[in-house]
Parts: sequence; C-alpha cells; structure tokens
Amino acid sequence: MSPPGHPKGEYRSAQHEGTPVSVVLETRGLVKRFGGLAATHDVSLAIETGARHALIGPNGAGKTTLINLLTGVLAPSAGTISLDGQDITRLAPHQRVRRGLVRTFQINQLWGELTPLQSLALTVSAQRGASARWWQPLGRDAGVADACEALLKQFRLDDVMDRKVALLAYGKRRLLEIATALACKPRVLLLDEPVAGVPEGERQEIFDTINALPADVSILLIEHDMDLVFNFARRVSVLVNGALFADGDVQAISNDPRVKAVYLGQGEAGHA
Amino acid sequence: MTVRESLAAASAWRWWEFVLGGLALASCLFAGEHALLLNEIAILALFAMSLDLVLGYAGVVSLGHAAFFGFGAYTAALFAKHVMPDPLVGLVVAIAAAALLGAVSSVLILRGSDLTRLMVTLGVASVLYELANKLDGLTGGTDGLQGVVMGPLLGRFEFDLYGRTAYAYSLAVLVLALLLARRVVHSPFGVSLKALRDNRLRATSIGLSVHARLAAVYTLAAALAGAAGALLAQTSGFASLDVLDFHRSADVLLVLVIGGTGYLYGGIFGAIAFKLLHDLVSAWTPQYWTFWLGLFLVVLMLVGRDRLVRPWTWHRRRA
Repeated sequence: MSPPGHPKGEYRSAQHEGTPVSVVLETRGLVKRFGGLAATHDVSLAIETGARHALIGPNGAGKTTLINLLTGVLAPSAGTISLDGQDITRLAPHQRVRRGLVRTFQINQLWGELTPLQSLALTVSAQRGASARWWQPLGRDAGVADACEALLKQFRLDDVMDRKVALLAYGKRRLLEIATALACKPRVLLLDEPVAGVPEGERQEIFDTINALPADVSILLIEHDMDLVFNFARRVSVLVNGALFADGDVQAISNDPRVKAVYLGQGEAGHA
Repeated sequence: MTVRESLAAASAWRWWEFVLGGLALASCLFAGEHALLLNEIAILALFAMSLDLVLGYAGVVSLGHAAFFGFGAYTAALFAKHVMPDPLVGLVVAIAAAALLGAVSSVLILRGSDLTRLMVTLGVASVLYELANKLDGLTGGTDGLQGVVMGPLLGRFEFDLYGRTAYAYSLAVLVLALLLARRVVHSPFGVSLKALRDNRLRATSIGLSVHARLAAVYTLAAALAGAAGALLAQTSGFASLDVLDFHRSADVLLVLVIGGTGYLYGGIFGAIAFKLLHDLVSAWTPQYWTFWLGLFLVVLMLVGRDRLVRPWTWHRRRA
C-alpha cells in the first residue's frame, strides 16, 4: 500500500526494488493459445494506482488479444488476472465492468439509435445499480441527471445531447465513447487506440480530453500514435510476438535501442 | 432544453395518446353491435403489444409467440372449468402460468442468430400445440375444451351475448397493460433493452448482463401474451387448438409489421387495421381475403408505412 501522504499518481519510486507500491491491475503468467499459436505468451503486467501506462507493439504483437483477456472477452489458457488483489480471471465481462475495469474500443461501440444524453443516463444508472429499475423514467433520479450534465459539459457534447448518436460527427462519437467509459466510474480504464480514425484537426480535442482524465483513474493506453504515447504515458510496456519485450519508464523505453529496432524503427522513430 | 427537461420529455404524454384514450372510452360506451369485433381487436392489440416488447425493444424475433397466448388461454379455461369461474382470479393465474413458461423458455432465446430464434420459438409453439392435441383428456384435443362457464365479472357483470362486458373487460386489461408497458419502456430497464438490441457489446461494456435482461423482458412479454390468451378464452368461453396454432404467431407478427415496432402503439394500430381489413374484405369476398392481405403487405413493404399513411407525399419527388 502507499504510505500516508503519498501523492496520487506518483509512482516513480516504484521503479526501485523493494518499495511497496499499490498495484490495481495485475496479470501473472498470462497465456492464450489459439491452436498451436501463442497469441499471448507468459505476460506478467502490473498497472499501478493512478498509472499513465502505455502498451505498444507492432501489428500482430497480441495487443488486442491481451485486451480481450483483461476484459474477459477471451478466457486465458493459463495464468491469472487480479483487480485490487482479487482474482477476476473467471468473471464475465460485465462483472469486471461493475468492479471498475472499463474499456473503450478502437472502433466505436455506441448505441446509434439513442442520443448521447440517453446513452450517458443509462450508463450512469447502470453504474449506480439503478439500470434494472422499471417503475420510474430514465433520469428521474436527480443524481443521474447531474452526472450526465457534468459529463456532457466535460466532453463538450452538451450541444448535441439530443441528437441520435448515429448522426454525430466522428470526433463527437469518439468523445462519447470515452465519456461512456468514464461514466462507468472506472478504477482502471483501458483506452484502445483512442485517436484511431480521428481526422487530424479533431485529434487535439481527444488528446486534451485524455490528458484531463481524473488522476485517480489508472489508465492503460494501447496506441500506435507515438505523439500521444510519449506525451501521455509515464510508463511503457512493449509487446512483441505475444510476449512482454520491454517494460520501463517512458524515457528508458524511448532510448532503448532494442525497442527502436523492433518497433520505433518502423518509420516512427522520428517522434521519439 | 436542459438535461432535466430533455430526460423528462422522453416519457411525457403526447397529445395523440389522450385522443386515443378518449376514443377507447367512447368505443366502450357506444360499442353496440360491434362489441364482439372490438373485443377481438383489443385482445389482438394486447397480444401484439407483448410481442413488441421483445421484438421492437429487445430485438428478439419470434415465430412462436402463440405459445404463451395459447398457454394462457388453456390455463384460464381449465381454471374456470375445474377450480373457480371468477374471471379476474383466472386471469391472474393464467398470467402467472404464462410468465413461468416464458421464464423457463427464455433460456432458449439467449444465444444464436435471428434465424436460430425464429426456429426455436417456432419449435416451442409446435411442441405445445402437439401436447394440447395429445392430452385430449385434459384439453379436449381437436374438439377443444368444452363446457367453460365464466362467472360474472367482479361478481356483478355477466358476460352477455353481444360482448359488451367482454369488450369493457378486455379494453380495461389492455389499458392497464399499456400503462405498465409504457412505464417499463421509458425506465432505465426499458432503455437498456433498446441498448442491447442496438449494440450488445456496448451494453456488456457498461456492466449490463444481457442474458438477465433478455430473460426478464421475455418473461414480461409472455405474461402479457398469456393475459391476451386468457381474455380470449374467458370472453368466448372456449379454448381450442387454434389458440396455439402457427397462424396466430404469424398473424401477430403481421400486425406488428403493419402497425410498426418499437413505439408500443404499433400493436394497437396494427390490430385495428388488421381486423378491420379482415372484416371488410371478408364481407366483400369471403374466400379471397388472404389474397388482399398479401397484396396489402407487399404494397406496405415496398412503399413504406410512413409514406403509405401520408398520401399527400406520394407525388412528391424524393429529396
């Protein structure tokens, strides 16, 4: 556990051996085989409380498989996953969400037929355990309405809150994707390529939004965009061929010649 | 509009809902000789509304919704014959029985594609049909369940030959069911049904259990379909294999297609259109009603409901 007075989000001391750290999400010896192919090979990863952690790796490195294992879409062939020290390896995806392990998707997964307001009101209701209520209208609860208002403002979606999501601009939908995840009050947030497909002009808004996420939310960012990775992350893990190839703070990783060779060497090194 | 106003607006009453309520009340007072037809419409509307909850909201297709209708009908008829003739108690028993059947069979519709669901629901209804046929000692088999005598409604109102009591009874149940369903579809639970129809992955990703919700709405729909079946058995004093027949499942789907899904009133408008069409065309050409129904469906599908009910737009060019 963190010592008293330990500032939130400050974890660099954890780099030193023997210093107790607060790990919120941890995998041990995680393996996923598809037939003979090991898409995830013995991955032991620790996400610390308040982390700004990035997971990078070339195409086919197994990033998506790892996310699917973490969120429960896939069951691992071996190994364990724990959240706040509790084993969640066998929990269903929706049960993990209720415990605070939330993700966004590389390709927007939204309710096209609902409005942003309805989407957020439903999500906030679910987070408060009120989504099964059938006897009162959605958003009748004052707390839900207030939370929606705050989220809409924070993500600059208040001007389009009553439009059908399917009709929104791509950048707005991207923001709603992140807003929906945040409405789940995550302990750990997995951001899967948040700027994928976003036009150049709308990227900054997403960057700003991600940088402004609450400090007590631990974030694992899966990203190809090196600008975002090196601006945002304090710690980087590199995945190659399903295995953890390197793991360290952002400076060390960006200067690691092996990492440059396998990953940054592929036309991205200039950003480092 | 503020967030609160917008959230409240979703479940606010619309003007045409009051008009519809007024018309329902008037139809009850001035039913006269049409009470029997109106009774059939009310029952079909309730049945279609129950299907709309699963199809229009949760997006689960079914070709066997008659299973619950028929189960409710037989339960109500058997209850009246063997236990007690009070219609309200019988209605409650039938609803409970149909809900139980819905809860049990809901496990069959949780997985698979639309085609899987169509076949599974069709299968369940067929199984019940054959069971009712085979257990003729209980159900009367192909002869139907004879000798069902209903007691007076609320101990006062006898079911008359003209169907006036019957219509008032069915209409009252329909209105109560509509009020319940209306409350449900605007609630967080109701919106979550739309959400899981729209994108299951997203619904799971905010922590909703898709299976639990599908099972819940399927059970509710089964209960309402059972109520519709019970109304038919009680107001006609009869239950036959016809209540479980495939054509009932198909008809109710047609009714929803005609009236539109996902706004709760489609079943009511569809039932009115379907029954009136049936009544008018049958009076004119009794043997060939199916031909005209078929033609109507083809036109409806190709032209689209929105355009068909707005004749003044027919000659306008599409933008």
